[in-house]
Amino acid sequence: MSTVIEQERYTCAIGAMQSVVAIPHALPILHSGPGCGTMVAGFFERSSGYAGGGTAPCTNFSESEVVFGGEEKLRSVIESSYKVLKSDLQVVLTGCTADLVGDDTARIVREFRESGRPIVFAETAGFKSSNYVSHSTVVNAIVDQFVGDADPSLAKDEKLVNVFASIPYQDPFWKGNLSELKRLLEGIGLKANILFGLESGGVAEWKTIPRAGFNIIVSPWYGLPIVEHLKEKYGQSYFRFPYIPIGGNETTRFLREVAAFANLDKAVVEAFIEREEEAFYMEIQSLATFLLEFRYGLPSWTQILHDSSYVLGMSKFLLHEVGIVPKELFITDGVPEEYQAEIRSILDATSDKKKFPLSFQPDAGAAQEVIRKTEHSGRGLLIGSGWEKALAKEKGLDFLSAASPSPFRLVLTTGYLGYRGGLRLIEDIYDRVLGTYA
Amino acid sequence: MSVVNLKASEVQVRELRLGSITGFSGKASELVGCARSGKLGERGRKFTQCLGCSTSNAACTVILIQDGAVISHGPVGCSGCFHEFAFTYLVNGVHRGVKEPTQRRIFSTNLNERDMVYGGSQKLAETIREVYARTKAKAIFIVTTCSSGIIGDDVAGVADEAEEEIGVPVVPIFCEGFRSKIWTSGFDAGYHGIARKLIKPAVTKQPDMVNIVNFWGADIFTELLGRMGLRPNYLTPYSTVEQIAHSSEAIATVQVCATLGSYLGAALEQDFGVPEIKVSAPYGIPQTERWFRELGRMTGKEAEAETLLAEERERYLPRIEELRERLKGKKAHVTAGASHGHALIAVLRELGLEVRGASIFHHDPLYDNGEVSADALQNTVQDYGDLPRYKVCNKQEYELVNVLNRERPDILLARHGGMTLWGGKLGIPTLLIGDEHFGMGYKGLVNYGERILDVIENDEFVKNLAKHAINPYTDWWLEQSPDAFLKDE
Repeated sequence: MSTVIEQERYTCAIGAMQSVVAIPHALPILHSGPGCGTMVAGFFERSSGYAGGGTAPCTNFSESEVVFGGEEKLRSVIESSYKVLKSDLQVVLTGCTADLVGDDTARIVREFRESGRPIVFAETAGFKSSNYVSHSTVVNAIVDQFVGDADPSLAKDEKLVNVFASIPYQDPFWKGNLSELKRLLEGIGLKANILFGLESGGVAEWKTIPRAGFNIIVSPWYGLPIVEHLKEKYGQSYFRFPYIPIGGNETTRFLREVAAFANLDKAVVEAFIEREEEAFYMEIQSLATFLLEFRYGLPSWTQILHDSSYVLGMSKFLLHEVGIVPKELFITDGVPEEYQAEIRSILDATSDKKKFPLSFQPDAGAAQEVIRKTEHSGRGLLIGSGWEKALAKEKGLDFLSAASPSPFRLVLTTGYLGYRGGLRLIEDIYDRVLGTYA
Repeated sequence: MSVVNLKASEVQVRELRLGSITGFSGKASELVGCARSGKLGERGRKFTQCLGCSTSNAACTVILIQDGAVISHGPVGCSGCFHEFAFTYLVNGVHRGVKEPTQRRIFSTNLNERDMVYGGSQKLAETIREVYARTKAKAIFIVTTCSSGIIGDDVAGVADEAEEEIGVPVVPIFCEGFRSKIWTSGFDAGYHGIARKLIKPAVTKQPDMVNIVNFWGADIFTELLGRMGLRPNYLTPYSTVEQIAHSSEAIATVQVCATLGSYLGAALEQDFGVPEIKVSAPYGIPQTERWFRELGRMTGKEAEAETLLAEERERYLPRIEELRERLKGKKAHVTAGASHGHALIAVLRELGLEVRGASIFHHDPLYDNGEVSADALQNTVQDYGDLPRYKVCNKQEYELVNVLNRERPDILLARHGGMTLWGGKLGIPTLLIGDEHFGMGYKGLVNYGERILDVIENDEFVKNLAKHAINPYTDWWLEQSPDAFLKDE
């Protein structure tokens, strides 16, 4: 059966090199064909970080390595990497070529590790999976080969949690989202390891993973192998919230559920929520006048092409807190079948009055064909990747670029998660809408 | 001269076909000398960073064809960067007379682990059908990948069968990344497919039509060639499948960047009888004069060429003189692909800058036409003198950082994405011009001169960036020779 994808919204397994790039002072080393790193950099754009993009060492497989193997070349590139580049952690990622010719990459990396280097190996041949899946492969590899076993002499810190949510770079808002998660969790009395981005503590923070009292995962499906692995390895239970909480309702729900799971001091938690909600709803109340009175036209409905987490989180937020009704929704992250029913039921629970047409469709070109044929009255908003810009123009829709790839929008530290993220999403939507006037 | 064989489904990579190399350090004249005497040897590296890939260069020759569709036959990541060409197509259409540019149609067969075992040919066949049903494209291009190459899918066979079934050209392009260290081999692969399947033998000739092999630079040739009674036929971005089919009817083919168009120029000459211009592209005054005169000779427009050159001289020379005065003594470093790098070197030296060094990605001893007169580096050396520090750097950032840190030029001229950052981080004013036509002719010298002055003058941003830049490179490395990891031949 054809599995064709038009207009891809994610990349292949070696795209998880960006999860390494997102760890401060970590170095990805590619044992792959010559173009893999450039392809990844091209997919995400503006994503070179500390030592990604053209800085990342690569064995650049040529014909001779395909025939004779690339192990010697890999050894030479790793050795030289230590001379040329400063890094706290090195992660060797394989591409299709290395895995197809059967190089024993694990053994070579182990030799370096045994000589005392903080170096890790992850199998990320492009044909194995998408980067949504291989993100877990890379994190688990770092856990096993760098973080290591828990020190039995150190007690668990019940207030410390490891947080797994946005996939760096695949989620354009990963920095802002992780930072808001950290702020929220600290607000209710926890300490959060967010592990990626400069607001994390870099590799030193990774070393504290075994000490966490439990783990939090914010995801419909990806990342689950990480928390399952940590459960087995360090005996840590995990709390799961199956989509990105955006705005007042869902963030409060998220915090209360975490608090219940971790048995936190209710007074502290509720006091924090009260302060946050006050700030959030004060803005929404002022906004309501605009939303209800603006007489020149605002979008009343939306179509979304995004990954499962965002489609759920945005639909709930836009319907209940902004008054924009979801119409056709397309989940583009290649969700494995076993998770689709749950995602559908979460979406169905969004409203007791209406159902939303949902498709699991990684072939986003096909999704666009469906949208092209839809007709709804009133002004509509299309949320998707840069690919949707031309479609929005064609259909006369307002357009918000919020998914990868994102050639028409620059995102630095903006986030859409949490109370603050909800407000930012509102700002972005109406900034685009008002920008169309006069 | 390389022999174009359109009967074969694949074209040899540049290393084998042209003897091209990716490692050299020395005088430019030595490199030219070695190439002339057949003593050009490759030097590998003990340390390497991520390179480009033939598959994306092949894709860039076909994605921007107005009415085509492109399939990447491989895992989904092998077409990861193709959306950048879709962006280019949308935003640059306005400069090329395409007022309402359409969405690019880019697909992946999305091969997985099972396909590595059982093969992906079936998936490819189904994808071609699906793509045709969805797009009704006038031609469907298939770019191959490392995976499809290693597992040995019969892409040519599948393409031929599909072509028969759907009735439009299905063009296989063999551009597996591992085949060549020189990712411009991807250009050759793309053009080979185009020449085999799209270009038709000429029935009539169009004596005023000149093929221009280029990227997506602004249309300057309608005006320039128009003054000679000629008109451009741009290949292949923004062209149509029909237009490409008729490129055999042109009176001549010219290159704006021989690194790009070498193979297509040769194929058009050898297989379709369209003569290719065999002097370097018009960058710098001597090359501009040679190029227009040669074009005039080839098209029977000698007098028109002389008139045009005289007009251009009169119009731009005074300003060029002023710019030379102001740029005198400034030092520059150039980093770019081969032929356009040579063009930039010529432009800088024409403007009176000293080119302290050059970091050029690869070197072709000669292009496919085999003519010494077309060797842009040789022409640059002959026109302006030797370059003492010329490196073929294979786009290795660590070597560039090392060199820039030593040279500290007044300006860095870069042609490719990813190479400007280190100019900025070291506080060196840095200029990247995307439009390959920007520096052409007399006017191009004015264009560049003014921009260079502007960039050198307004260095506040890079100076501030340098103060705060994060440097992943070790002090040890910055103290080594930039050639420390270059192996002997």
